[in-house]
Amino acid sequence: MAMIEIKDVSKWYGSFQVLANCSTTVDKGEVVVVCGPSGSGKSTLIKAVNGLEPFQKGNISVDGVSLTAKDTNLSKLRSRIGMVFQNFELFPHLSITENLTLGQIKVLGRPKDEAVTRGLKLLDRVGLIEQKDKYPGQLSGGQQQRVAIARALSMDPIAMLFDEPTSALDPEMINEVLDVMVQLAQEGMTMMVVTHEMGFAKKVAHRVIFMDKGEIVEDATKDDFFGKPRSERAVQFLSKILQH
Amino acid sequence: MFSGYDFDVIQRSLPYLFREGMTFTLTLTALAMAGGIFFGTLLAMMRLSRFPLLNLPAGAYVNIMRSVPLVLVIFWFYFLVPYIAAWIIGAPRPVAVGAFLSCVITFMMFEAAYYCEIMRAGIQSIPRGQVQAGSALGLNYWQTMGTIVLPQAFRNMTPVLLTQTIILFQDTSLVYVISVTDFLGAASKIANRDYRLVEMYTFAAVVYFVISFSLSLVVKRLQAKMAIIR
Repeated sequence: MAMIEIKDVSKWYGSFQVLANCSTTVDKGEVVVVCGPSGSGKSTLIKAVNGLEPFQKGNISVDGVSLTAKDTNLSKLRSRIGMVFQNFELFPHLSITENLTLGQIKVLGRPKDEAVTRGLKLLDRVGLIEQKDKYPGQLSGGQQQRVAIARALSMDPIAMLFDEPTSALDPEMINEVLDVMVQLAQEGMTMMVVTHEMGFAKKVAHRVIFMDKGEIVEDATKDDFFGKPRSERAVQFLSKILQH
Repeated sequence: MFSGYDFDVIQRSLPYLFREGMTFTLTLTALAMAGGIFFGTLLAMMRLSRFPLLNLPAGAYVNIMRSVPLVLVIFWFYFLVPYIAAWIIGAPRPVAVGAFLSCVITFMMFEAAYYCEIMRAGIQSIPRGQVQAGSALGLNYWQTMGTIVLPQAFRNMTPVLLTQTIILFQDTSLVYVISVTDFLGAASKIANRDYRLVEMYTFAAVVYFVISFSLSLVVKRLQAKMAIIR
């Protein structure tokens, strides 16, 4: 069953086309890695999935709800899709616990104590329970990103989007974040992940999408993508990032 | 050198100066600040809106207010508002607004334009990713503004907002043009009654200086304390 359906999506900034007829689907429980050179439109595509980046042509639906339909409550749909950003985007003026409960209370209408219980349970899961009263600025980048993942999970999402979750991190912190993501993938979470971490892709991805110049150039199973990429551009890209 | 002066007049008039004059000045400052920041924030949100129906009128309002001398606005409100109010509600004669209410409205509207520009800078200083993170959680525009953007903007801008308030405190003295008894007005009345112009105006200057300067020291200390760790 398709959880995320992207159909013929195109987007322009003025006359510059950032997305060109992108189509793909992510099934329930599937982990899809999106990769490609910078400026290829992969971040734009993933942000289009929950409506953070509007697009001019095509359609995206999540769990059967169309993003472009007039009667769609976009805020409500977004609350069901977890999103993790490159720069964490925790709220610096709120404590870690408040970061974890804000959405639950304001959007889902959960009572505060229930929201705190749920939030702290997830904080414990990412191994940061002792940081609950601190502020985001007092945590390392890797810790902040793990809190951001817990924050997204606290909304009980039906799917998770990751926009280059490790590219703003120091190398020694990348693994602590990837570990959380691997665990999530193994539990059957539907995930769409923009990343250059090919180790992660090899380990848990079901499919890999390769983008270049706003186009989806390759959309293949993991084994096909790494074993026998068909396009010239994917071959070049892989040879550049896998040689070390 | 001070032989010709009578500084006793100050002591004799202290109750009048402070109980009447300073009370008026501080009340006006506080109300104008609260109203100015409230309407200024709304104006800032309008100016930053992508709808021309909101951002154009807000921009025009702010630019007009910032291009007109305050004294003129005080006059204009005091003499014209009664007629406009009468015209709006269809009353046969000018509505008596009263000097105090007229001052409060004038300063709120005038200061709103300045507070607006401060809040606009404050809102723009919050990274776009913060808004996106709020939206991604499912927060709507007002929730994102109220819980994420404005609290951070206020915090970043508190020193500037307070500095503007110190300027407002000094500017309230201009209400003397409509003969209101604020602190300067009270001092001026005594000065003219007893013919002690030098003494009274010197004393008034000292009081304005002491209050403004100590407030600016408070702002400086706050500034160091308030910064959010990022």
